[in-house]
Formats: sequence, C-alpha cells, structure tokens
Amino acid sequence: MKYIDEYRDGGLARLISATIAREAQAGRQYKLMEFCGGHTHALSRYGIEDLLPPQVEMVHGPGCPVCVLPVGRIDDAIRLAMRPEVTLCTYADLMRVPASGGANLLKARAAGADIRMIYSSMDAVLVAEAEPARQVVFFAIGFETTTPATALAIRLADQKQLANFSVFCNHVLTPPAIRAILDVDHLPAGERVLVDGFVGPAHVSTVIGTSPYAALAAAFGKPVVVAGFEPLDVMQAILMLIRQVNEGRTEVENQYIRAVTPEGNLIAQREMAEIFELRDSFEWRGLGALPASALRLRNTYAKFDAERRFTIVPVPAADNPACECGDVLRGLKKPAACKLFGTVCSPQTPMGSCMVSPEGACAAHWTYGRFRDRVGAGAPRQAA
Amino acid sequence: MSPPRLRTRKLDIRGGRVDLSHGAGGRASAQLIDEIFRAAFDNPFLDQGNDQAAFDVPAGRMVMSTDAYVIWPLFFPGGDIGSLAVHGTINDLAMAGAKPLHLAASYILEEGFPLADLQRIALSMARAASEAGVAIVTGDTKVVERGKADGVFITTTGIGMVPAGIDLSADRARPGDRVILSGSLGDHGVAVMSKRSHLGFETEILSDSAALGGLVADMVVACGPSIRLLRDPTRGGLAATLNEIAQASQCGFLIDEARIPVRPEVAAACELLGLDPLYVANEGKLVAVVAPDATDGLLAAMRAHKLGRAACVIGEVTADDRYFVVMTTAFGGGRIVDWLAGEQLPRIC
Repeated sequence: MKYIDEYRDGGLARLISATIAREAQAGRQYKLMEFCGGHTHALSRYGIEDLLPPQVEMVHGPGCPVCVLPVGRIDDAIRLAMRPEVTLCTYADLMRVPASGGANLLKARAAGADIRMIYSSMDAVLVAEAEPARQVVFFAIGFETTTPATALAIRLADQKQLANFSVFCNHVLTPPAIRAILDVDHLPAGERVLVDGFVGPAHVSTVIGTSPYAALAAAFGKPVVVAGFEPLDVMQAILMLIRQVNEGRTEVENQYIRAVTPEGNLIAQREMAEIFELRDSFEWRGLGALPASALRLRNTYAKFDAERRFTIVPVPAADNPACECGDVLRGLKKPAACKLFGTVCSPQTPMGSCMVSPEGACAAHWTYGRFRDRVGAGAPRQAA
Repeated sequence: MSPPRLRTRKLDIRGGRVDLSHGAGGRASAQLIDEIFRAAFDNPFLDQGNDQAAFDVPAGRMVMSTDAYVIWPLFFPGGDIGSLAVHGTINDLAMAGAKPLHLAASYILEEGFPLADLQRIALSMARAASEAGVAIVTGDTKVVERGKADGVFITTTGIGMVPAGIDLSADRARPGDRVILSGSLGDHGVAVMSKRSHLGFETEILSDSAALGGLVADMVVACGPSIRLLRDPTRGGLAATLNEIAQASQCGFLIDEARIPVRPEVAAACELLGLDPLYVANEGKLVAVVAPDATDGLLAAMRAHKLGRAACVIGEVTADDRYFVVMTTAFGGGRIVDWLAGEQLPRIC
C-alpha cells in the first residue's frame, strides 16, 4: 500500500529501536505521554512497547474523544434520541459507551429510538434533507480534528435552509487538556502525573498547527513533539523526545511535517471561529470541569443548536464509582491496575468509556497488549 | 394413461414477481418449483417429485451441516447468495475432511421478489453445485409478506462422507503444530462491502467464494492422518477461527503478520474502512493445523491445487493456559489477536 507501508516498515523500526536503546541513558527514566488515542492505538496495535528499552515508559493521555465525554452528555444524547420526532446520527464508536444505569445508545436503539450510525457529519445533513418530517440531530464529538467537519455540516444545512437539522455539540479543545495534565502544582503528590515530554497530537495539529503548544512547553518546561499516527511516526517522535530530554531542551518540534505546519489549516480555523464560540466551562471525564475548553454554536447559528432547540437540561450523572477511567485518562493509572480491568470490564461489557473506543487506553491494552500482563512475560519469540 | 396436464401459462420470469400464491402449496407453488428450481438443478432426485430424497449411502462416517444465508447485497463481485449458499455449506462439510455428497435447499422469499433474480440465483446454485460435484436433492420454498424478509433468504443443509482414518476436530491442536493458511485474507468481506452503496467506493476486488471440497480431498490424500483440523475463516475472519480453535484445544497460537497474505487492494480498502483484514470474512479459504513433520507435504499438496496456490505457514500452536492468539507484527512488536468485540458491520454471509 503506497504511502502507508513506508510508515510501517519493520526494518526501519528496528533501526530506530536500536538508536533509542543507545541514546536512552541507563539509570534515567523517560516518562513520555502520548496525548492522542490514535497514538495509544498505534503503540498497542504494532507492539511498539516491545521495541522500547525499559527506561522509556509511555503514559497514555486523555486524547480519546469518546473517553473524555462525561456520562451526563451520553445521558442527554439518549434522552434526545428517545424523543419520537428525533433521529440521532452518530459516529459508531459512541454506540456502546456506557451511560447512567447501564444504558447506552445501542440499547436505546433496540428500545425503539431512531439512531443511525454515520461515517461523516455530511451524512447527517443528507438524512435531514431526505427525511424532512424527522428532527435530525448530529451527535458531534471530538477535538479540533472533527470540529471543522461539523462546522461544514452546519454551513451546508444553513445553505439548504434545513429546518430539521441540528447539532448536539460536544467539541472540545486540546491545549486546555494538555494544560490540565501539566498544571499539577496545586495537587497532592499522589495525584500528580510527572511526565518528561509529550508526543503531541497528530490530526488535531493539522488543524491548529504547532504554535499553540509553544506557550505550554515554555510554561511547564516540557518538550513536545507533534507526531503522526503511523508506528514509525511514533517511534521517531519518541527518539526526538529522548534527545530533547538528554539535551535539556523543552521545544516544540514537528515530526509530522508531511501534514502539519506551524500555523495549521487557516481555512478550517476560520470556519470553526465563524460557527463556534468558547463555552465558559465544560465537564471532561477524568479531568473535571475545565474553563474555556469546549465549543458551542454561536448565536448566529443558534437555530442549529440541539441544546437550544430541545432545551436540554443537564441532569447530574456520576461515573460508576469503581471505574478508574479518570485516573487512566490522566495517566495516573495503567489500565491493568484498575480493579475492574478484565474482571467485569472488557470490550464486551465495558464499564467505562476507556474500554469502548479502539483509541481508549483500556480497550487498546485489552485488545492488543494484555498478554504482557503476566509477570515475566516478554516479547513473543518468532514463530517457527 | 396419465391424466391430461392442466395447461397453464409459463411463468413470466423476465417481468414477473414472487407473490403469496407461490408459497401457498398450490399450483402456483408447484409451477415455481418446476420452472425455476427443478429446471436449474436438474437431477433424478427432484424429478421423482417427493417431499424427500432417498438414496443409498456407503458405510462409514457421515457428516451433516446446515447454514442460513442472508447476505446483502444478493449479488456481489465474484458471487451471489446462491453460489455462496452452496459453497458455504460444502465448505462446512469439507472442513471435517469429508467428501460432500448432497445438499438440501430451503428458501424464504419476500413477496414482490423478481422472478428473474430468483432464476439467476437458482442457476448460480446449480452451477456451483455441479462444479463441486454435489446435487441439490430436495428443498422447500416459503413466501412471506413484503417487509417480512429481505428479498431472499436461503438455508442449505448438506451431507458428506468422511474417508476412513480421518478425524478432524477443533480440539485436536497440540503445541508445536503448524498453522497453514490456504491464501489471501479478506477478499469476500471487502468485495461485499464495496457493493454497499453508502460506502461509495469501487474496487476490482472479487469475493473468493469457492467450494473447498476438491482442495480438501487432495490434502486428505496427501497427509490425512497428520491433519489435526481444518476450519474456513468465514464470519469473524482468521481471528475468530484461531480463537475458537484455541478455546476448543486449550492452547494458544503464535502467528507472524509478515507471512499472512493480504492483497494490496484489500489492505487499502481495509485501511480506508478502519477494518483489520484478520477479522474480515472469507468464503474460499481454509486454515489447516497440521503435525509439524507433515507440514511440507501438506503445503506441497495444497499449492498443487488452484485454490491453494498461495498456501503458506503463518505460525504455530503454543502452550498457553490463557488461550491467547499472539501475533508478531510486521513492525516487530507483539500483540494479541483477540475476539471481535461487538459487530458493527452489515450482514456479509
């Protein structure tokens, strides 16, 4: 597969692995956080852990959009979908995310709600156009990667003058989440995640560029290397971070130069700014309420805002108290350290969102990495 | 002197549609069976006009299998629901090492289904059966109201004879045994998905749907007693198949991603759709677990058959009390190849 296989080359991987092993100093720990679920998935899917020396430890970050969505918002979406006039259009990975009381969108659909799985925000607009008698609500989630697509869907609905299309907006922003991870001085010692560097977002950075990370790197003295989602991208970014740590640098570097520029995609940014504005505060799973960390529709586009069209009144909803997704999302806990992991919580019966999305740290570890959990289990030997 | 046949107009196959009378057991039912199914399948068992087929069987071990086919779309690149319904059940028989003998076919037709499509499906079944050397000896047809089915559902049941000395079963894998895959993965699932309009891409990928009875016969002749088990990786793909065997045999697997053949078009389509070819369905491939010393002989026999040209060893059976299927990735690390959690894909078989 041209333009893909090049970034999954086993020979090059061994080369970078050897360089990392040579340059990572013995007696020093390199605790590196990959921000995005896409990176978490690549680390697990390709077994990159087996290619890193023991002093390099990867900590999973909060960059999985499904995972950071609080239970209350899923509850809201289910309540919306249960309204007889509503057709809820959603990306498929939200279907199994646990809501309050063991509910999820899949069960709501079985109970009669009109919920459709779509591949693109534009599909929701097409559904609204084709079925004018239905109130079509697009369940919009994601970081800056998916926000421009939602903006375009709203613009298209506006052009088509669709009165039956609206967006339940849950778009969140990356820099406030990174800040929340790094800003630990006010926390008790046991709550602090001390990372030595960040593998910075891939697709998010194609939209926002690398410049928003500069202030964070400077303020908290941590290096950031923006990296693509292919396994060689991740390996190279790890090497670049190790070099920065070794040299005492705390710069923002760009490994993903084939897609990311310092200023990002200005057209997408303009489109987002035109349609969305900052919320004062938004609840994140694991990170709590973060100020200026999420978007909602501007007043000019209020008629497409499902929260205003259907007057959604948030009902407080708590996570399952035994679920440790919050600590996993902040990098405080490894998935296997959660008491529920593999006992009552697995991808078949997820208790927390981190076990649902393929980008979630728990699902990735369960699906790809749990064979390592036994003490002394190393990398598999080569098949005969 | 036989009574004079009531003269009825022939079925309007080109423009006609299935209606409820075709399933009512009366003259219209008989005419549908006559002009579509008996005409296509053309064998003495059906000509007897009985509600069952009677035949002698040789002494020995017999296998029986049944499968329902609800695939959509009904026609896809490289096959259709008819050929699939024949291949699928033949393959289930063949995975016991058996020589498939006879099939029964049962149809649930939706009111309004075009007769031309039904004939096309029947002819496709006849072709597939004749190529595989089996006869469709009995059957049943029901018609349900519009909306109660999706065009046509087909259930086929087959019987076959297992040669003496052959004992294949999912619980027979032993640590050290080798795992052989007969060819590339994912062709069927991707061919079907490429036809689904909402995915909106076109490819040249054809389904691999094929009857594996011939290939299995050659394998059995070459090294029958050394073959532990055969499985066709249909729904759930290679991943589900290996996990099922691991459970049944209480063992693990270690496979090598770099040795698993996936056609570049299939790999590209999977990349686009976010699928892993290890989980995509196949309808003309098999996995063989074989005693290590018979590996080369079996591989040679498979490669000599047109459906096993690309056969290769992809890994081995391990001792693992957690029954994990572990894969060395082409990238160099290790990962589990787990059961599929949930099902987000439409019907593919």
